[in-house]
This record gives sequence, C-alpha cells and structure tokens, in this order.
Amino acid sequence: MQKYWKEVVKITEFSVQKYMRSLRQPFCPGCGLFSLTHAFLKAVYELGYENLSKFVFCSGIGCSSWIPSPYFMADSIHTLHGRSIPVATSIKLLRPDLNVVVFGGDGDIVGIGLNHFIHAARRNTDILVIMGNNMVYGMTGGQVAPTTPLKTRTTTTPYGSFEYPLDAAKLAAVAGASYSARWTTAHPKELKEALKKAIGLDGFRFIEVITQCPTAFGRKAGFRNVGEMLKWFKDSAVLVQQADKMDQEELEGKIVIGEFVERKRATLVENVYAIMKEAQRNGK
Amino acid sequence: MHEDEEKTYFWSGNEACAEAAIIAGCRFFAGYPISPANEIAELMAKKLPKANGIFMQMEDELASIGAVMGASWCGVKAMTATSGPGFSLMQETIGWGFMTETPCVIVDVQRLGPGTGQATKCGQGDVMQARWGTHSDYMAIVLSPNSVQETFELTIRAFNLSEKYRTPVILLTDETIAHVRERITVPKKERIEIIDRKKPTPKDRRFFGLEDIAPMPAVGEGFNVAVTASTHNEYGIRFTADPLIHRRLVENINNKIRKNASEIEDVERYNVEDCQVGVVSYGCTSRGVYEAIKEVEKRGVKIGHIRLKTLWPFPEKAVRDLAKNSEKIIVPEMNLGQIFYEVKRVACNVDVVPVNKIGGGELITPEEIFAKILEGGSQDN
Ligand SMILES: Cc1ncc(C[n+]2csc(CCOP(=O)(O)OP(=O)(O)O)c2C)c(N)n1
Ligand code: SF4
Ligand SMILES: [Mg+2]
Repeated sequence: MQKYWKEVVKITEFSVQKYMRSLRQPFCPGCGLFSLTHAFLKAVYELGYENLSKFVFCSGIGCSSWIPSPYFMADSIHTLHGRSIPVATSIKLLRPDLNVVVFGGDGDIVGIGLNHFIHAARRNTDILVIMGNNMVYGMTGGQVAPTTPLKTRTTTTPYGSFEYPLDAAKLAAVAGASYSARWTTAHPKELKEALKKAIGLDGFRFIEVITQCPTAFGRKAGFRNVGEMLKWFKDSAVLVQQADKMDQEELEGKIVIGEFVERKRATLVENVYAIMKEAQRNGK
Repeated sequence: MHEDEEKTYFWSGNEACAEAAIIAGCRFFAGYPISPANEIAELMAKKLPKANGIFMQMEDELASIGAVMGASWCGVKAMTATSGPGFSLMQETIGWGFMTETPCVIVDVQRLGPGTGQATKCGQGDVMQARWGTHSDYMAIVLSPNSVQETFELTIRAFNLSEKYRTPVILLTDETIAHVRERITVPKKERIEIIDRKKPTPKDRRFFGLEDIAPMPAVGEGFNVAVTASTHNEYGIRFTADPLIHRRLVENINNKIRKNASEIEDVERYNVEDCQVGVVSYGCTSRGVYEAIKEVEKRGVKIGHIRLKTLWPFPEKAVRDLAKNSEKIIVPEMNLGQIFYEVKRVACNVDVVPVNKIGGGELITPEEIFAKILEGGSQDN
C-alpha cells in the first residue's frame, strides 16, 4: 500500500515523480510515450498545479492508454479499447469543475473509437484528447493502423501497406474542435507549450503526438534505432502554414505539424446547462 | 409527481420504467434510438433536465453504455435502455462494469431476433444473452416484470440491487409489457425503499474485489481512484499476469452475488406445495398462464406456478420446491427454449415440457398452455 499512496513530499523543482505513484510506466526502452508523459506533466507543473486533484484521466486500451492509468496520482478510468471518450463525456457533464483528459493511441482514438472522436468534436465536448500516434497498433505487436503511412511494412502488411493514412488533427478541426494541433516527440518544447495552451482552453481540444515506437513500428518499418526515428520526425516535419502552400506531391512523406484550428464556440457543457435552465424555467 | 400521497396512473411499461428510474434517483441517462425501447429515452429526455439530471443521446450503444459507466463513477445513478441489437453492442462494456464493480441499470426491452428480426414485435429471446452476453466468468442480475406495476417496482429494485451489490443490473422487459397501458399505483414516497451505494470513509483505500462489497468513491473526491477492468488488486493497481490476484478478484466479485442469491432471487409462488403439475413462467408469457390455470383447476387438476421475477441468479430453490410434488413442469417461453434448460437442470427428476412460440409477436395463448398441462404422457426434448 505504501507504494501506491506515498504521501507526496513537496517537491519544488519539476519531476514527473511529483505527480506519479511510485510505479514505473512499463514502456519499452526508448519509447516516445515517456517523452509524452514528461511533456504533459511538465505542462501541468508550469501551469502551477501542485497535484492532479483537479484532473480526471480517461484512457482506452493500448500502450498510450497506459500513460495515466494507474501511474498518475489522480483519478484515472481505464476503459475499453476505443471507449474512453464516451466515459469522459459523462464525467465532464456531471463534474464540469474537473479537467477531463483522455489519453489514447491512434488505434484507440481514431481506429476503433473514431466514431466517438468525431462526435465529441462535433459537440465541442469539453475534454482534452491526447493521442499518441505511433502509426501502429503497438500493444498487440505492430499491426497496420489507420494512421500507418502508405507502403509501410508492419506485421499485417508484410509487403507494405496499401491504404492511405488518416489525418486526425485535420479531421478534428473539420469536425468542430475548439483546438487541434500535431507535434512530435522530436519537438518537446512545442509539444509542452501546446499542452499548456490546450489545458487552459475550453471545448474539445485535440493534440496528436507523433511518437516513436521502436519495438512494434520501428523494426518492421526499417529503422535501426530511436535516433533514426526522431531524425525522421524532425526532417520530415513541415509547419501547417507552410504545408498549406505545398501541393500533394511535395507533401508526400511529410509530417505536418502545428496548430490546425483554434476557435471559440459554446461548449457541450455550456449548451447542456443552458437548455437545462430553460427547461426548468418553463415550469412543469 | 405527488410524493407524499399514493397516486394512480394509467401508464405503459416504458413510462413506468422511466418514472420509476427518476424516483430511484437516476440522474443520468444515455441511449440510442431503438424500438421498442424509445419511449423510455423520450421520457427521460423530458424529465431529467427538470430534475437537474442529464440526458444524452449518444452516437451509438457503445457510447451510451460507456457514458453510463462514467456517470456512475461520478457518484450518479445512471441508466440506459435498448433492445436486442443495442444490447448486443453493449455487452463488452457490461463486462467492464462487472469487472470494475460499477453500479448501473441496463433495460433491455426484448424484441424478436436474431439480427434485426422483427423489430417491433415481442419476443423473449435475450434471456441467455442477459446471463452470458459478455465474455468470461461473471454473475448477472436480471429482473423480469410481467406488468406495468411490476415494471415500476422492478426498475426501482434494479437500482437498489445495483447500488447494494455494486454491479450492473439488467431489467429484461419485453415489447408487450413495454407498450401495454395499465393502471398503476405509485406508493407514497416514504413507502419506497431507496438504497444508495456505500461510500468510503476518508481513510479507505481498498475499493475493489473485497470479500464484502467494497465502498465506492467517485472521481473528484480526492481518493485518486484507479479504475480498470484489467485484473487489479484491491487498490485498483493493474496486475495482468499474477494468477492469484486474478483468481481472488474474479472469485470475490462473483461470490458477492452468488452468496447473496437467496436475497436477490424473487419469485411469485402459487400452490407450490400441493400440485400435480407445475408451470414456470416469466414476463409477458406468464399472463396467459394465470388464465390457463383457472381453466385447468375447473377440471380438478391441482396446479402449481412459479413466476420468476428474478431470472438470474436462477431461483433454483423455488423451482426445486415445485419439482418436489409435480409430475411434470410446463415452461412456456416466446423463444425456442432458454429458461426451459435451466428448469430441466434443476428439476431433473421431473418431465419438463416446453411451450415455445416465436414470430409476429404472437403471445402464447392460455389455450396452448392449457393443452400442454392436460396432455398426458411424457415428452422429452
Ligand atoms: C475490442 C478490442 N479489440 C481488440 C483489442 C486488442 N488490442 C489491445 S491494445 C490494441 C492496440 C492498441 O493500439 P493503439 O491504440 O494505437 O495503442 P498503442 O499500443 O499503439 O499505443 C488492440 C487492438 C482489445 N483490447 N479490445
Ligand atoms: S510497443 Fe511501442 S508504443 Fe508500446 S511501449 Fe513498446 S515502444 Fe512504446
Ligand atoms: Mg498506436
């Protein structure tokens, strides 16, 4: 029990331990999800949160979904594969005072759970969704995902994938998100800043994080080590403003990064409670 | 609704279900349109906002049941209502609810399947699905009303059982009961027992898989509760390989229902001690049984009747009592035989005779039951 509920000693400098149980996240060496965890908790720290008591974390199934559960010293609900967003939705509606943050993988959020993702953006549901996009189903061993680039070799595309990948950050923007951005683990500072910004905004916020999975993606796709993958992220990254001026051919193989949308629109919580008030005013 | 005096209404089963849910304290409903359950959602959409509750029509049944689970972890009583196809989609999350010990109520207004079958017609084909619909070892609590009045009562009981045992509870109604309009009496508020889940004291840290029912915190209460349907210890910490932790968890959450089965099981008994022929029935089908019994008794045949209000855990003792005296037991069902096999398992020394009917929502008539009761000789299936 000591292990799970150590009294958090006041740590004034930043350390991820400040916000975590004394358990190590079980990711492979070199996994980008360590960087994502770090960036998120650093953002929380820099925003001045002493602890995570004002947060609730929801996640699905997959490596990325393990980021908060049960490692964060916080309320965390580890749901089913693809189903974190509906659970997060009702939690936010019933506890509008809490920051509801969803962590999930690309398979979880925009594969099996895509329906919920689009509808949450459409409703402008007041949640922050952070998607670790390693371009495969990592936990199950690296099968092709809706985010895998064309022609990539995975365990279920041994001759290269023959499908076009989904642009999740763009989709969120089109579907009605208040904020949508994409960064990579090779851009830790920008990622942290985006997280800080997104935590502070209202409505549906989406941050897609291209993250290296050396174990399930890198090996099959032909990368020899983590360094090569990070170099790939850096070299092929193009800012969205720049990408807008490029044609299809020039964009081939690029990773478009930056902010895809930022807009103000009444949120689901605001709309639900406004209608509730009206219903109550109009008597029985 | 008047709360301090008894009142009568003329409601359909679906209306009674929604009204009862509000009285039971339900303040969150999520659902997806489907016949013949729609009226429940429509009434909840109307009533909840006025009661400071929230109604959400979600994008599908997967989302609906997910939202219900999230609501429950906010400390709010929550419900969804659906029918066969939607109930199928919800199964994975019902298992999640069982494994995380999340109280909630799932109403399945049965229609005819398999597949989309006859979407607006009555059936009783989901009995086994309600028991075994999700994967692996679990205990389902399933209640089955046979009137509007009883839909009201069992909806409240469904919430009470779910809160008491910290588990999803299924109210299994059917198209006939859902749509028939009947006079119903709503008792005074103080005459209705409402049970709320046990909350932790500030020092509690063990919230899962205890031998007794563990207290349930809500998010935002400062407990840092870690909820997972992967195997976990009593603190909610995941252990995906340890055999002992898995065994203890799954045995305990099964046992909390198994050990209390006699309290959960509820049947209506008629002349069980002194009968030659027995009938076991449930839901809409039982209504024909009453008439058949009257006719049979006119001919001097002594008949006993067990009507199951709890389908699962299966009321074994009651059926065994009936089997003690009966030469044969008739089991009418609007499916091709489901509870029949349970009765056969329990009443192994007696002839168990099914009466089955499916299609078009046609009910099993009193005459059909009557004929089977008087039929001589044995029939085995
Ligand atoms: C309904 C269901 N289907 C399949 C699985 C198996 N499964 C577990 S994790 C996973 C892949 C997760 O991939 P992703 O969401 O991208 O997360 P990653 O591990 O890559 O971070 C799958 C398919 C499951 N748990 N549930
Ligand atoms: S399989 Fe990939 S994503 Fe999962 S922990 Fe290992 S490196 Fe990270
Ligand atoms: Mg993935």
